[in-house]
Amino acid sequence: MKWLINHWEDVLIALGEHVAIALTALVIASVVSLAIGIWAAKNDRVYRVALAVSGFLYTIPTLAFLALLIPVVGLGKTNAIICMVAFSLMILIRNVATGIREVPEEVTDAARGMGMRAAEVLFRVELPLALPVIVAGLRIAAVTVISVTVVGAYVNAGGLGTLIFSGMSNDFAPKIWTGAITACALAVAADLSLARLETRLKARAV
Amino acid sequence: MFIEAWDYLAGHQAQFLAALWRHVALSASALVIAATIAVPLGVRLADSHGAALVAINAANIGRTLPSLAVLALVMPIMGTGFAPSLFALTLLALPPILINTYAAIRQVDPDIVDAARGMGMTALEIVRKVKLPIGLPVMFAGIRTAAVQVVSGAVLAAYIGGGGLGDFITAGIAMMALPQLLVGAIPATLLSLGTDALFASIQRALTPAGLRAR
Repeated sequence: MKWLINHWEDVLIALGEHVAIALTALVIASVVSLAIGIWAAKNDRVYRVALAVSGFLYTIPTLAFLALLIPVVGLGKTNAIICMVAFSLMILIRNVATGIREVPEEVTDAARGMGMRAAEVLFRVELPLALPVIVAGLRIAAVTVISVTVVGAYVNAGGLGTLIFSGMSNDFAPKIWTGAITACALAVAADLSLARLETRLKARAV
Repeated sequence: MFIEAWDYLAGHQAQFLAALWRHVALSASALVIAATIAVPLGVRLADSHGAALVAINAANIGRTLPSLAVLALVMPIMGTGFAPSLFALTLLALPPILINTYAAIRQVDPDIVDAARGMGMTALEIVRKVKLPIGLPVMFAGIRTAAVQVVSGAVLAAYIGGGGLGDFITAGIAMMALPQLLVGAIPATLLSLGTDALFASIQRALTPAGLRAR
């Protein structure tokens, strides 16, 4: 506790860094997945290939993935962010594609009948209706990314993992406690707030 | 680089096999202990409403916790080594198994359970002969998720002295020795992919023919 009172600024900086890295990865992953997911929703072959490849990436152990990237991109934030994007792809692509596929055909038919072009149907009908499912994927991805960021500290990406690793190497428990508990709290907070958004979107859709 | 990794592997065969064995032993023990606790608990919870709400919510929170944070939290309490790693990995494996077992049993059609009861089956028989076989595919999906998570988590156990393939990775990163790093990272990846494939095929085999998707 005494350590925390004297070093709360360090903890805040680590927390800020953690959120920044996780958000960067999440934004990149969302953009990529949205593009692939939309394509996959319209094309069965793309769907199968995209899920097989991203599923393969998802199964690789975090630390092994970070390690395998070292010969390619070296240490640092880039390494961790690539790893996190790769991990989130499976969940996000799957949910974007499923969300769009679940939109009833009558609805898209009606939209087309009203004279909407394909792009209009996608952006004004399919994506808005798929939003709750997409947000559900975003929620799992956010938790995954926050979790990977903790390990990312080992390849010098920064964040809350730095506190854990430095606590471990100096055998200093308060630092480990602070880093680990803050990381857990961050993951739970992200999960709960996205869950709330998800239910709100679902309620609006009905 | 891969040739160097191969040379390193050839020179450290005994050490590698010991690490691989420890990795498998650690993961398998954690999975078996977690399943032994979570499967009966999930079956019981499916019939009780108040307790289920608490337990399932707790499991959902448990599932969001970062693996490394859980391992790290165990260290100041239990120290380092095999036992603390086993404990932390078991904790990580519990939520997916519990959540899926609960969901698997809950989705069993109440009419089928009624019919079984009407045929004179006892509560235990209903669980053994009706609920478990029907719920098995969903339940096993949870065990598969947990298995992959545990094999991945066991890589991180190297930080708290759990041993396993993570030892090569952490040492490789610390000394920037790429061959050593690959000797840990590549087998760990293969082990994780192999575990997923193995459990996927068991899952297919376990699914009763009538429930299999065509």
